[in-house]
Amino acid sequence: MPQQTNAQAESRTHLTACHDCDLLFHIPHLKKGEQAHCPRCGALVMERKGHSLDYSLALALTSLILFVMANVNVLLRMNVGGRTQAENIISGVNELYVQGYWEIAILVLIVSIVAPLLKLLCIFYVLVPLRLNFRLPYAKEVFGFYEVLNPWSMTEVYMLGILVALVKLADLATINVGIALYSFAALIPFMAATDASLDDHDIWESLEPTD
Amino acid sequence: MKTPSNTAAHKGYLLCHTCHLLSQAGIGVHSSHCSRCGTRLHSRKPNSLSRTWALTLTAYILYIPANLLPIMTVTMSGKGEPDTIFSGVKELVTGGMWPLALLIFFASITVPVLKLLTLTYLLLSVHFKSSWRPKERTTLYRITETVGRWSMIDIFVIAILVALVKLGSLATIEAGAGAVAFGGVVVITMFAAMSFDPRLIWDALENNHE
Ligand SMILES: [Zn+2]
Ligand SMILES: [Zn+2]
Ligand SMILES: [Zn+2]
Repeated sequence: MPQQTNAQAESRTHLTACHDCDLLFHIPHLKKGEQAHCPRCGALVMERKGHSLDYSLALALTSLILFVMANVNVLLRMNVGGRTQAENIISGVNELYVQGYWEIAILVLIVSIVAPLLKLLCIFYVLVPLRLNFRLPYAKEVFGFYEVLNPWSMTEVYMLGILVALVKLADLATINVGIALYSFAALIPFMAATDASLDDHDIWESLEPTD
Repeated sequence: MKTPSNTAAHKGYLLCHTCHLLSQAGIGVHSSHCSRCGTRLHSRKPNSLSRTWALTLTAYILYIPANLLPIMTVTMSGKGEPDTIFSGVKELVTGGMWPLALLIFFASITVPVLKLLTLTYLLLSVHFKSSWRPKERTTLYRITETVGRWSMIDIFVIAILVALVKLGSLATIEAGAGAVAFGGVVVITMFAAMSFDPRLIWDALENNHE
């Protein structure tokens, strides 16, 4: 067995493969801020981001606060002939459900509320223990889940949807913009910065049990 | 063109999908699972081609009702006007809202069509073991994977409008069955792109020279 263990250790420390074309190559030694691209297909295979956990956590916490503000406040308010109609993100989901379009209601609920929120909670679940040097169960599964959630979190697309709706309604009625819209607009760069600050190779290495 | 057989599959390594750890195939008792995160290891995504074909064809079929059925109906003072994706764009053009018309045309029409055609092309090119421009095809795949989410704009616009324009007899907006089909197209093409394995593009290249 010792020989096999050595071979495994060897493969771990020196080699990696491109996820897009399967080319084998030596793990490059990257300095902070450097990227490595696959020599054959050009895929980004590794990036040493070098941000501290505190930096990522601060961004994630700001994002969470903005997310809550974007969901509890009024997004848009419409005035037509003395009547006012206010809405927030969840009321759109609710109205689709009431109209009988539960499929789109669930879809919108997942990509605009559930996925972004779970994503942020996953980040806290993984990073807080790493920062404070303790262990929580299922940390690897949670981080894996974060990466699965990523393509389904569509806050920036929703923001563009709000702008389109605003322009479409501009001729019809007076629209007042609520606090939620400003919070939502601010959430997008913070969410993007949070994701960009996470170094997944680093985090996976930190999550590996040292046995 | 000579390809080096310096690939993980060729040299007996397996790359973990989840944590990117490279493992040697056949070593240790738990060789079929990643020693770091426990994910099942595969040399290639399992049944990638048949799964991607099935999802792509389903999306093609759903694309028809998505365009024929109304995505929403605007009722003003008792008169209802159903809108399809295309008539919605046409209205924006007649209203002089050119930038918005272009945006919606791009997100709701161009992106889904190009995505379906690209997936079909990639599947066919792998099926016929094409060795033509693998790098460009891989880039095409990466674009397909990232751009699909923007097709959701129209669905979000509907979600916002139905809740906001609820003014009783004055004006109401109701979603339509076309929106359900369109949402299905977006989600299914996203799954289709995820189930395609770009390494198959390079495998075909390699087998040609052996
Ligand atoms: Zn590559
Ligand atoms: Zn793994
Ligand atoms: Zn696999």
